[in-house]
Amino acid sequence: MKGTTDISIQHLTRVEGHGNISIKVDGGKLVHADWEVVESPRFFEAILVGKSWWSAPSLCGRICGICSIGHTLASIRAIERAFDFEPSEQTRTLRLLLKHMETLQSHILHIFFLAVPDFLGTGSLLALRVTRPEVVELAARLKKLANDGADLIGGRRLHPTRLTVGGFTKLPRQDLLVTLQQRLHQARNDLRQAAELIQSFTFPDFQRETEYVSLKGETGYPFIGGMLLSSDGVVREEDNYLEMTNEYLTEQSTAKWSRLSRDSFAVGALARLNNNGTLLHPGARAMAESFGLLPVCHNPFYNTVAQLVECLHVIEDSELLIDRLLASTWQQPRATPAPRVGKGVGAIEVPRGILYHSYSLNNQGIITAADCVIPTSQNHANIQHDLTKLVAEAAASELPDNEIEQLAAMLVRAYDPCISCSVH
Amino acid sequence: MRKGLTYLGRNISRPRVAFFEFTSCEGCQLQLLNDEHNLLDFLDLFEVVAFREAMSSASGRYDIAFVEGSISCSEEVARLQEIRSRAATLVALGSCACFGGINQLRNRYSDSGWPARLVYGNSTIPVTPLPEVLPLHALVEVDLQIFGCPIHKGEVERIVTNLVVGKKISHPKYPVCMECTAGGHICLFELGEPCLGPVTRAGCNAWCPSERSGCQGCRGPAEVANLEQLEQIFQKREIPLEVLLDYLECHGGFPEWSARLRKKLAPATAHNQP
Repeated sequence: MKGTTDISIQHLTRVEGHGNISIKVDGGKLVHADWEVVESPRFFEAILVGKSWWSAPSLCGRICGICSIGHTLASIRAIERAFDFEPSEQTRTLRLLLKHMETLQSHILHIFFLAVPDFLGTGSLLALRVTRPEVVELAARLKKLANDGADLIGGRRLHPTRLTVGGFTKLPRQDLLVTLQQRLHQARNDLRQAAELIQSFTFPDFQRETEYVSLKGETGYPFIGGMLLSSDGVVREEDNYLEMTNEYLTEQSTAKWSRLSRDSFAVGALARLNNNGTLLHPGARAMAESFGLLPVCHNPFYNTVAQLVECLHVIEDSELLIDRLLASTWQQPRATPAPRVGKGVGAIEVPRGILYHSYSLNNQGIITAADCVIPTSQNHANIQHDLTKLVAEAAASELPDNEIEQLAAMLVRAYDPCISCSVH
Repeated sequence: MRKGLTYLGRNISRPRVAFFEFTSCEGCQLQLLNDEHNLLDFLDLFEVVAFREAMSSASGRYDIAFVEGSISCSEEVARLQEIRSRAATLVALGSCACFGGINQLRNRYSDSGWPARLVYGNSTIPVTPLPEVLPLHALVEVDLQIFGCPIHKGEVERIVTNLVVGKKISHPKYPVCMECTAGGHICLFELGEPCLGPVTRAGCNAWCPSERSGCQGCRGPAEVANLEQLEQIFQKREIPLEVLLDYLECHGGFPEWSARLRKKLAPATAHNQP
């Protein structure tokens, strides 16, 4: 029988932000396995109070470098809904296309730069440029495509310059949309290569059934607004998001935690796939089936695979969106909504799960109260419960300490946490 | 084994480089990974010894430490000082590191404890927020600043290449407005939109105004910058001075001007918490 094991990972690497893992095992039995978030709060909810409606989207984009497009869109949606403003179809199509570019940017970053090194036994993707140059090139090619798409629609790779309440400050050139569409189409092959690579990996054999929360798809796989859904059967209006998030404070974290029907729930690519998998485009659906993800998957390590499936889905969807844009003539890029007293909620599926922004505004359009509920903060409690079960099982099977440490780090990375975002 | 680096036929050593982040969105580090066509060439300039966002492992002394983010809680102070003590050259990366960035917007409240009470009530949290968000230079000596929210990759590559090969580094003294005009873009004032292009340090190639989004001054003031004249432009275009204040205070690059304008506009923008 093994003795006592103490594992302490300070500032886990290859995740966004600052989190620690602290594990104690005694004689093959779990004493504790804790996921601690020690990121500094920036107090965005306070920063926004007193600011005008028009400044919120660009400020809120700065909540996160990786999902700045999603935060900007959630902020815009909250304000437009507070003003009872309906964006034009052109604006909605362009926003969704930009959203897809972010999904691709972020998922590729996570899959290749953050997760893949664990499976290929290295500390960094960049270390593979000598031994596996084709993997590095594949990653760089896909990431560049997503970044170029974000530049074209949003004006820049992160902290988009063109997004604004009411529409866009500038529209993309149509000939460049055609080029983007061709490149997206070619990228399907790259994603097939990525799928082959990931098929060769051995994923930890770990299951923990949990509650999954996402937007509820009606006619398509959902990304922007709509009803809220949990796999335990809770369905709520977007405006009643607080009934889904139920945030609370815990001493081990500067990010709040969430719960719904159980002690914890999960959001993100795997949650979306579990709740809306039948709405995937055909190629993505076939890929999900080839990995055994459908109809449901309870292994959190497969979140990375669910992200790959979503990459193919957003590429298929983007090609259709560009078709739609090319088939119509450009309308005015933006309208200016009239401020009014009210409250607005914007729910958006961002790469790591469902994101909510909610603002109260006075009659001059000044923000009087703000609330942002971040996907990773909703996941923290679920990471904690997964970690407890994972380490207990690993300890019982007497795995060596370094393997327990590696598994724990991989589990947290699988959630692709955006920690500074979750504390905000 | 990588080949040795040479510049104009002279051998130069590959510096040991580390990347760190404090209170921030980590977007500036992401920007470093975001220029795929020459990422590998860029990284070939260094021996990267710490880059937590992209790799495991870290150690030792650094020839260059790139530090993103502002300092907003007491735990960060010692960590920054430790990095400073190990780094020959410390580079402040991005507006948060240079000026406090968006994070310093909480400094505008008269009751510095209010933001924490709003978010956490009286609960205990694992970090201790400082009363004010600080830029790096408020706590340690900073050798070089790279401005921007986010940083502009092309500019970083130029600055960093110069640093590695030992060339002089200088920032443009003229404002963003000149880059914008040279680029032939529509002036935002002509569209009735606010812009800090006339007073903000150039170097970003008018990144926002060229996309018809007003400059929010993320790079701080140009060498010659005239606030009185900017106020007149805003007034002539009938853009409220409250909007000018919003822009000036956004990234923390114009602290004296923001304070002066805030005082002038008081009590309308006293920013006392409710």
